[in-house]
Amino acid sequence: MSKSGKFSWYYFSSPQSFYPLAGTLQPGFAALAVLLCAVGLYISFFVAPTDAQQGESYRIIFIHVPAAWMSMFLYLVMGFWSGVGLVLNTRLSSMVATALAPTGALFTFIALWTGALWGKPTWGTWWVWDARLTSELILLFLYIGFMALQAAIDDQRRADKAGAVLALVGVINIPIIYFSVKWWSTLHQGASVSMTGAPTMAKTMLLGMLIMALGFWMYSIAATLARVRCVILERERHTEWVAAEIGGQK
Amino acid sequence: MNWGSWQNFLAMGGYGLYVWGSYVVTLVVLVAEIVALVSRRRGVIERLAKYYAARRRDHETEA
Repeated sequence: MSKSGKFSWYYFSSPQSFYPLAGTLQPGFAALAVLLCAVGLYISFFVAPTDAQQGESYRIIFIHVPAAWMSMFLYLVMGFWSGVGLVLNTRLSSMVATALAPTGALFTFIALWTGALWGKPTWGTWWVWDARLTSELILLFLYIGFMALQAAIDDQRRADKAGAVLALVGVINIPIIYFSVKWWSTLHQGASVSMTGAPTMAKTMLLGMLIMALGFWMYSIAATLARVRCVILERERHTEWVAAEIGGQK
Repeated sequence: MNWGSWQNFLAMGGYGLYVWGSYVVTLVVLVAEIVALVSRRRGVIERLAKYYAARRRDHETEA
């Protein structure tokens, strides 16, 4: 909302007006994350039946697939805001991209870790250099590279630009990860959920997985909002409003 | 899904190490992120408070 009372997206593109908005929304997303994960975990362990082929080891799917989805989705969001920051020179967009990277990297790590622990009992190996696993590992390096590059450049605007170029170039890796199981013959199984065909898994398994994915999504939003508030304070410390905000905190 | 006993639940049909190894590490990673975010916010506020205090002192000595 602008001063004239008319809603405007430009109003929230300023760090000063986004900071309190993020602070207001953050606890709501955090609460939703806790609630959805609690329900999701209950379904994962107490409602979903034992898998006929894999026994109980398949229960790793309830965090593995949602974490893998978030690792790719957060990268796309990070690439989007990087691009907006690069083209429109909006500072807040770059700050959001910066705030997304650590959470994206963590979900990538979780996807790889749980994948290894699932691979061992089902494939007999923790790791193979197949297309799906390798491209997901590259995703982790892209996140780490983005954070390292931004941290290495002192001039903030140049750091944002360099990071944005890296993030945008890296977006090419996302369709490669997603379609890797179709394009190459891989040890990794195909998509469990497709947009077109009927799901191949039991309804309660699918439900648990989707609710966990929603929970991870809400968690990601909550974590990113909390982090972007820190980034805003750090980068806007030369402004009067941050000085007033900190003065009010002490 | 009825596990019958805690032992059965923890055993996960013989896959306990893999299943709990996944869930526990995920939980640890997410909790670590939350702790890091809380301490980062505290650190930023503390650092900036000192920064503004130093700036005020500089202004006072100049005047």
